[in-house]
Amino acid sequence: MPDRYDVLVVGAGPAGLAAAQTAAAHGARVGLLDAQPRPGGQVWRHDVRHQAPRAAREAIAKLQGVDVLASHSVVAVESSALRVETAEGGRLISYGSLILATGARELLLPFPGWTLPGITGAGGLQALTKQGWPVAGKRVVIAGSGPLLLAAADTLRKHGAQVLGIYEQAPAASVHAFARQLRHWPARALQAIGLRVRLAGVPYRFGSFVRRAQGSDSVQRVDIDTPTGTQTVECDLLAVGYGLVPNTELAQLLGCAMDYLGPHPHVGVDRLLRTSMGGVYAAGEAGGIGGLAVARLEGAMAAHIATGHSVAAHALAPQRDRERRFGALLARHFALDPRLHALGDDSTMVCRCEDVTLGDLNGFTDARAAKLATRCGMGACQGRICGTALAELGRFPRSGARPPIFPARLATLAGLTTLPSDDAYRGS
Amino acid sequence: MSGTVASFDLIVIGAGIIGASCADEASARGMRVAIVEPGPIGGGATAAAMGHLVAMDDDPAELALAKYSLHHWEAFADLREAEFSRCGTLWVARNDNELAAAATRVARLNAAGVEARVVDATTLYELEPALVPGLAGGLLVPREAVVYPPRVANHQVKRAQSHGTQLYAGRRVLSLQRGGAQLDDGTRLSGPVLVATGCALPALLPMLPMRGRKGHLVITDRYPGLVRHQLLELGYADSAHGDADSSVAFNVQPRPTGQILIGSSREFSATDAAASPAMVQRMLERSFAFVPKLRELQAVRIWTGFRPTTPDGRPYLGAVPGASDQWVAAGHEGLGVTTALGSAKLMIDLIQGRQPAIDPAPYSPERMAA
Repeated sequence: MPDRYDVLVVGAGPAGLAAAQTAAAHGARVGLLDAQPRPGGQVWRHDVRHQAPRAAREAIAKLQGVDVLASHSVVAVESSALRVETAEGGRLISYGSLILATGARELLLPFPGWTLPGITGAGGLQALTKQGWPVAGKRVVIAGSGPLLLAAADTLRKHGAQVLGIYEQAPAASVHAFARQLRHWPARALQAIGLRVRLAGVPYRFGSFVRRAQGSDSVQRVDIDTPTGTQTVECDLLAVGYGLVPNTELAQLLGCAMDYLGPHPHVGVDRLLRTSMGGVYAAGEAGGIGGLAVARLEGAMAAHIATGHSVAAHALAPQRDRERRFGALLARHFALDPRLHALGDDSTMVCRCEDVTLGDLNGFTDARAAKLATRCGMGACQGRICGTALAELGRFPRSGARPPIFPARLATLAGLTTLPSDDAYRGS
Repeated sequence: MSGTVASFDLIVIGAGIIGASCADEASARGMRVAIVEPGPIGGGATAAAMGHLVAMDDDPAELALAKYSLHHWEAFADLREAEFSRCGTLWVARNDNELAAAATRVARLNAAGVEARVVDATTLYELEPALVPGLAGGLLVPREAVVYPPRVANHQVKRAQSHGTQLYAGRRVLSLQRGGAQLDDGTRLSGPVLVATGCALPALLPMLPMRGRKGHLVITDRYPGLVRHQLLELGYADSAHGDADSSVAFNVQPRPTGQILIGSSREFSATDAAASPAMVQRMLERSFAFVPKLRELQAVRIWTGFRPTTPDGRPYLGAVPGASDQWVAAGHEGLGVTTALGSAKLMIDLIQGRQPAIDPAPYSPERMAA
């Protein structure tokens, strides 16, 4: 495998797949990096039991001429190069242009009991399920916000879970208004109808959220606030996610400027997806949550621009703008209820890595001061979960990214390309 | 607040470990103290530091200050916030020449009242089985410890506040004036000032040269027991006190959390706070040469910091040359945490007109006025 690409794409979800394919079609030498063993990203994550959607299969099949660098985790940035880690060792991969298709992660908000075993994100449980984690026969409550809840419920049902209910925090009026707007996006309407048909019999409740989870060794019951009062549901698993936030850590280490819609950063791009750093582009969720259609269009656009085909990029812009409006519509209709900010009390854990409670952070107005005094955000997740939650709760913005982007072997950071095989180094 | 005047016995500028220690000491002695800090408390070199409490013996003045200070650190041994861990320091000798030099250092440390002894190779590997085979022995300083400096600074400021100290948080001193300091919100503080702004010293006291000496640190995930002492190579002083523009040394610390903190690097010309891959690589290779197992550990974070460094490596502790009622405590390079408490006692003694417990002459800023 070469160690230099004309176009290096980070993230093999829909945006990255489109980018890699498009750049390769223009004759560029393309590398497609992803930390997962198979391409697809989160939304098209490989399912051990069920076939991927046709669009995903086609996108993956079209990768001729692309070096798919699977199980490659980007850990640090160097001059026009990324330091990556694989199971075998470290690599330094340099690039002419870099397309960031780093996607999004779930927003998790702390509530009493949220750290009990058996509680995950909604997308998190969907991913685990696709990877073969056994959920058959398990009683599952799905809660939080946004269409991801329906997709998660669908996957869980396919794998034999008993989905007790889907609890959407947005009020019924808002969700219904959103559904009426779907007539402007017929493909989305069909998708939504298909999902609802497959989820027939699963209660879908609005204006409802998990107030508390309880259990001894793992979650056993959850208290759910509904418009008609609190109900308690016995369950084996609770999947709760409050929508998505862009993954911007790599872009931040590269020095790309950030924009904000609300408390969470996304990569700042112009209409042609150029970031503030020359030769670096951002496509899809990294540049703001927009959904699958935006990701695919922007992946292609970024690759056109990165390979000097600006006419082709401009041609896609109107369609992309229209799809971005759909993303804005979603954000508006699924806006988070301010009551969700007050679910946790002083004793509720917020930083799981370092065991820091919300009460420990009272009085702090700055992430760095809080971190220095309490270690909040100093753990292996680098504040991805707690920092994002605290920004959402209005405590303080998350601090800037620090290398490594993900925990990495010291050998990788030292630039060693392979690990020593000598057992003397492994020890007991 | 604009235009208001508040009057104090001492205005401490900067709430790093030095300023916080000075405010703590002064307020404990009943002085009416103000402390001004634009950023987080302990947010500069204090936050970036390893927090190793260590006596360096290559400069007698520095050793006297360290010894005096280490004695006062004992009062923090049971304080939860300090995260005090008496892991001891083990200086590693690669060969017989270094081991022979260790004996000289033991004599100097013992003469200063610091418990220390030479250990042979067998003992070295009993103490630290993860060290690379083939080392000659080491120098063990069993009573030395590590602390978590930013929390100590926070604790000191809180304690000073409980003794009446007024914290001007988020405020910056725009200028020193006759008999006080002007803050950026228009407040004027009147009283003697003590400047403890580390690398930022030239902004207020441009006549006292100060350079930031950049360092990198890497912290790992939790591997309790892999290393047990703060480990350094005996050649460390050459890196720490040499003039090379860039140098690295083996310097590895077990945190009480089970994490391992890996240093150290020194660069004079680097002014950019971003982590330098080349320096990280040099530093890590140095650490692998002594503890090969480190290669496979997971790093969770890399950061940098700047050590406030004077031309001769000694801190400025004393009256500002040519000024009245202006004092300075800054420039401790890599020993600010170790020597903070002693520096604070010495400073407040000088300010109160008392004779300090150790000779203050070697640290007098007057040496720069010559």
